[in-house]
Amino acid sequence: MSLTLLNVIIAVVIAIAFAALNAAYLVWAERRGAARIQRRPGPNINGPFGLLQPPLDGIKLMAKQLIIPGGVDKILFIAAPVLAMFPAIMSFVTIPFSDTIVAKNMDVGILMIFAFASMGGMSLLFAGWSSRNKYAMMSSIRAVSQAVAYEIPMLITTITVVMIAGSMNLMEIVHQQSSSILHWNIFPLLGNSHNLLMPFSFLIFFVCTLAETNRAPFDLGEAESELVAGFHTEYGSMGFGLFFMGEYANIVIGSCMTTILFLGGWGCPFGLFPGVWWFLLKLYILIATIIWIRWTFPRTTIYGLLNLSWKILIPLSLFNLLFTAGLIKVF
Amino acid sequence: MSSPIQLQPDETFVLNVGPQHPATHGVLRVKMEMNGEYIVNAETVIGYIHRMHEKMGENKTYPQYLMNLSRMDYLGAMGYSHGHVLVVEKASGIEVPERAEYIRAIMVELNRISSHLFWFGAFVMDLGGFSPLMYALQDREHILDMLEAVTGSRLTYCYFRFGGLYNDVDDEFVDAARRFIPRMRKSLIKYEKLVTGNIIFRKRLEGNALLSKETCRKYGATSAVARGSGINYDVRKNEPYSVYPEFDFDVPVYHEGDSLARYMVRMDEIEQSLRIIEQGLDKLPDGPIMPAKKPKLIKPPAGDYYQAVETARGNFGVRLVSDGTKIPYRLKLRSPTFSNMHLFDETCRGMMIMDALAFMGSLDLVIPEIDR
Amino acid sequence: MVAYFSEIYNGLISLFIGMGVTFKEFFKPTVTVQYPYETLTMADKYRGHVELIENDEGKPNCVACGLCARACPSGCITLAGEKPEGAKKKVLTRYILDFTRCSLCGSCVESCNFNALEFSKEYNLASTRKEDFIFDLLQRLEERNK
Repeated sequence: MSLTLLNVIIAVVIAIAFAALNAAYLVWAERRGAARIQRRPGPNINGPFGLLQPPLDGIKLMAKQLIIPGGVDKILFIAAPVLAMFPAIMSFVTIPFSDTIVAKNMDVGILMIFAFASMGGMSLLFAGWSSRNKYAMMSSIRAVSQAVAYEIPMLITTITVVMIAGSMNLMEIVHQQSSSILHWNIFPLLGNSHNLLMPFSFLIFFVCTLAETNRAPFDLGEAESELVAGFHTEYGSMGFGLFFMGEYANIVIGSCMTTILFLGGWGCPFGLFPGVWWFLLKLYILIATIIWIRWTFPRTTIYGLLNLSWKILIPLSLFNLLFTAGLIKVF
Repeated sequence: MSSPIQLQPDETFVLNVGPQHPATHGVLRVKMEMNGEYIVNAETVIGYIHRMHEKMGENKTYPQYLMNLSRMDYLGAMGYSHGHVLVVEKASGIEVPERAEYIRAIMVELNRISSHLFWFGAFVMDLGGFSPLMYALQDREHILDMLEAVTGSRLTYCYFRFGGLYNDVDDEFVDAARRFIPRMRKSLIKYEKLVTGNIIFRKRLEGNALLSKETCRKYGATSAVARGSGINYDVRKNEPYSVYPEFDFDVPVYHEGDSLARYMVRMDEIEQSLRIIEQGLDKLPDGPIMPAKKPKLIKPPAGDYYQAVETARGNFGVRLVSDGTKIPYRLKLRSPTFSNMHLFDETCRGMMIMDALAFMGSLDLVIPEIDR
Repeated sequence: MVAYFSEIYNGLISLFIGMGVTFKEFFKPTVTVQYPYETLTMADKYRGHVELIENDEGKPNCVACGLCARACPSGCITLAGEKPEGAKKKVLTRYILDFTRCSLCGSCVESCNFNALEFSKEYNLASTRKEDFIFDLLQRLEERNK
């Protein structure tokens, strides 16, 4: 008993470290990547390739005074950044990186991750509401309507995958896809569903991930040219730092989910190296794509975003759900 | 699309956009009465960077005032200087050598391209895309390097003189300009692929802030704002000045009247400016750049003179009232952005804030030029 | 219905084209100059603040005629000169450029008939004190000659 408890604690610590490290170094990767796209070198002064930039930024943020503006709702104001980071870290507990590397395998892993993902929207609402700033307020209302609109197609798509796998256990879902590369859920023919529309499901899920994590082109909450800095306008110091890291941790979670649900998790197409490396490879390719998208596209409008969700993504994902259900019944 | 909604008067709050706000590109303040994300009423407040350029004109001699004009608009300084030197030359009857006229036209067009490029980048950045700004600045950098090599500065050129120019261009400049033209054309294709064709971009701008011909006329809007609403008016064509009649170029006109039309007009203008530069370099005559008898003291005879030029931002007019002394009696500067900006108050009612700011971006505002 | 799907399709294609553009840019070399480590040489005609030109004997060409001070739109230049006994020309004794008011228009250089002023190539002008920008050009000339 005590041994398993120790195992869990170590795993949780590793998960937190992984999340924090990823959040910190994804900022670096994003800045370097954006710079390359714009034909600049990016941060390259501190350490080799600027690799010391994230820790130094962290030190700088921590050394700053935490300013709480007058008239804010203090409890919510302080709770919001914590709420932004906490669910992302907690979600790592149940994500399987390979057959063996998983902190706690749960039968309802997907449910837990989505429950925590919904809490992310809560943190934006808290931050915007408590900041006593009109820009922050507008941003948080946008963020909530966005979160509501995009959780629906995301959940419907997830249910499609759950129906195919017949389980909400993330391990189980990966095992279902592990026979070969063609059994991945993204590919239409050999998978358990024989559903031709699965690539579109993948696309819908990916777009929803972008929207759920408030990433460009759906970064309406932040919208720096309209709402100054959106919900974190009034945050400085590590409060801002936590929001920032939370954003990247959420990206990692979103990409992990995409990898597990559609890209076969740690399933290796060629078996060159152990599964966990394949998992990380897929994960970082997805993250790189997200960064790449951010630095290519302009931002959508709030109604464009809601139109996309309610008029395109939800009907398509619902149709796909029905279609998959029918196919499962037939085969 | 954003549609006007029924509003209760007591449900609104006031949002101060600016004077320090990322979307206003300077110290413009917009007092917006908002209902949620919808604008009920907007009032632009200007004057934060008023520097009394017109009053300075009444206190300085003509040559001393030269450099003020390039400080009116920090992006398209050449065009404004052009208007000033033209009106003073007209008043005092100074003949300008042909070479100087050609070089002036080339310089103004180069500056127009650099201004439009910066606008393009800043506009897309208003919409949330950051990379196009960097690409636009790269192209703009080539122009600035060329202009710096000739004029000695990168933004506030102060290059035109009454009767001619400050410096002659050399072969190096001509070569650089010739190399620049195909490079710019290649970049235009890139922008077309990256931005113009992008579905997100088009969705945001199509039907955004429709301006009718009447609204444009009412406010005296010019440049791409008017041409995007179907008004075929370009000072270079309608009231030709300098050597512009010698050039073969088109005035792009779009009839939609939305922000996309204004965007398209400016992008097409870059191509037209390239054509003018190409022809100007081919036709560039040899000769002096200042008249043989260099005018020592500028003292226009008493009278009332006016000259309009097409700058990057529209119809810029200078009215000069001289009383025969070496200091103007009155120098009225008609700045195009001032007229263009005042469209904003009326048009943005009932729009959402993000549409309104996209519309503001499409007007190409340069605040120091409004405030003068 | 066809329009609905064709719009989705065309939109997706346009997004991929845009991503293609940035993908190509990703592999191109950087174009920026790493400023404090690399610097550009200023153009020959770069207009910095003005400096006095010296003659062969190391004395300024300036004859203290005051044309530059009169041409200056902002009144940055104060100069004084005196006529030593027996000399033909005036000798410059004081030349102060108030750089806080200068707008780098170059009117002074243009108005000079004695080839006494030139533009410097200096652009690293930053200080926290206003007095640092009141240049004594004669002193600067002496320092250059050292």
